Amino acid sequence: MVSELPWDARTGTLKREMAGGMMNPACKHAMEAALQLKHIHGAHITALTMGPPMAEEVLREAVAMGADRGILLTDKRLAGADTLITSYTLARAIEAVCPHFDLVLCGCSAADSETAQVGPQLAEELGVPGVAYVEQLSIQQGAVVRMQRVADDFLETLEMKLPGLVTLTTSKYAPRYVPLSGVQDAFESGEILTLDADGLGLDPNVVGLKGSPTQILDVFSPTTGKKNIVLKGAPKKIVEQLLEKFDDRIGGAAGKDLKVDEQG
Amino acid sequence: MSEIKSSIWVFGDYRNYFQNRVTLQLLARAVDMAPSIDAEVCAVVFGHEVDEWIGEYIAHGARKVYVIEDPALKQYSVEIYTALMERLALEYRPDIILVGATSFGREFAPRVAKRLGTGLTADCVGLDINESGLLVQTAPSFGGNLLAKIVTPTSRPQMATVRPGTFQEIPHNYEATGEVIRLPLPAGLPEDRVRLIHSERVEQRDQKLEDAAVVVCGGRGMGSKQKFKKLHELARLLDGEVGATRPVVYSDWIGTDALVGQAGRHIRPQVLFSFGISGAIQHTAAVNDSNFIIAVNKNLNATMMKMSDVAIVADANQFCLALIKELKKRIRD
Repeated sequence: MVSELPWDARTGTLKREMAGGMMNPACKHAMEAALQLKHIHGAHITALTMGPPMAEEVLREAVAMGADRGILLTDKRLAGADTLITSYTLARAIEAVCPHFDLVLCGCSAADSETAQVGPQLAEELGVPGVAYVEQLSIQQGAVVRMQRVADDFLETLEMKLPGLVTLTTSKYAPRYVPLSGVQDAFESGEILTLDADGLGLDPNVVGLKGSPTQILDVFSPTTGKKNIVLKGAPKKIVEQLLEKFDDRIGGAAGKDLKVDEQG
Repeated sequence: MSEIKSSIWVFGDYRNYFQNRVTLQLLARAVDMAPSIDAEVCAVVFGHEVDEWIGEYIAHGARKVYVIEDPALKQYSVEIYTALMERLALEYRPDIILVGATSFGREFAPRVAKRLGTGLTADCVGLDINESGLLVQTAPSFGGNLLAKIVTPTSRPQMATVRPGTFQEIPHNYEATGEVIRLPLPAGLPEDRVRLIHSERVEQRDQKLEDAAVVVCGGRGMGSKQKFKKLHELARLLDGEVGATRPVVYSDWIGTDALVGQAGRHIRPQVLFSFGISGAIQHTAAVNDSNFIIAVNKNLNATMMKMSDVAIVADANQFCLALIKELKKRIRD
């Protein structure tokens, strides 16, 4: 189980999901899938994330859900990694902590429309087959994983041999409810291991912001500079003002006459 | 060296109408950008019986089309196509590779980038060449409220994926000519480790939202699932369609099909009503081309309000009810 939790190296700020100490929705679904597979086949689940020290909360949540242990990669030198370097770093961590893994499950992306690149790149980096955007999976005879997904208007059933990597969408595997006390217990049980660049034997020059081929030139708020009309007041009054000014425009698009009926 | 001139490559995804459109849209953008870096626009086509697409890409601005055609390539395969693209890129060294962000493209492009050890920016909403000749990729960033301008200064190629509908294609020009470079299926391709067992077309997501002249979009600001339902009534009155933001879809107030955003539908209606939507970039990028935007929000400073033509400061639900009431008076069928 891998959770992608980038943080902003420039400002040191976290993504909103992180600020709330929450696991990404898709990652949570991946965690649920791991637990269901464990229930059927038996397994040892390692939850892995890279992020600032507070990302530990996400691992505590994973342990509370049922993961056997959590691994936190945290190091300022790892910060600011783009997807290429993130997948490189995660792969080295997986090789270090679970070299004989059978299956890597990832959330298909961070929040809405994040890059979704880390999963496929991690499969490349680990040298295992991988399938993205999977909705449902099962383990068949002979260490074969069977997957179902919708890709470009086709419902596909795919198979690959383990070891492999699967990224999951949020369409199935609704995550189980974990009471707050469970997260508290997970905190106390201390099954969380922290690793840094040195612990993984990584060259600081090839990781983090430094090692990343992409570079952010500028971050800005999308301003359209539109000069708009502002209406406020009682809803009924605003409706009248809106239709007085734009009845043609709205009616034209709707193909309906919105003029006040003079005879009416 | 096979190539001296720099080049911009567009991956030709032609499997159906909408996937082909994004290829044409990327070609159009490549044609726009090419002169400033004196580059040649090229399309890359893998598959079987692809002549139709070669012609179409030339008619849409490709000066050169690299083709690997073989019955074995009939089925799109992420692993095989990745291996082909890697080999082609290593041989011909394009400066830029653009890939449509279809399901396939979003899995294929990251793998190609990984093999080539280069950067890739997902879901670009803008592509430009700067004064240093670098591809400036504008993409949503940091949780969705900001846009980032991203470059790949030294690694090559510079790679980007772009959602369908982001750029406008240029009209066919059947007079256009181009060079077609047919290459054999390379020997020693790895075996595909992922096996397609079964594939069936799922009910085509209808294009109602994309085609609607009036779209009524709702966000969490509508208050509840029950109140959100009123938007359907409003849409019916205006012969429109209902769209929604990601949080609304997550809360199951409406099905995923209604998602308006980069991961969902990209709309450009004549009139867009936006109810209780603050305006994360993944959503605004997908509604930005609407002709006329009427936004309703309690917060005048919400992004959606700033990008609207009419910003209505009100409770979204109450305004919706008032509008329905007034429209019912005015519309006599």
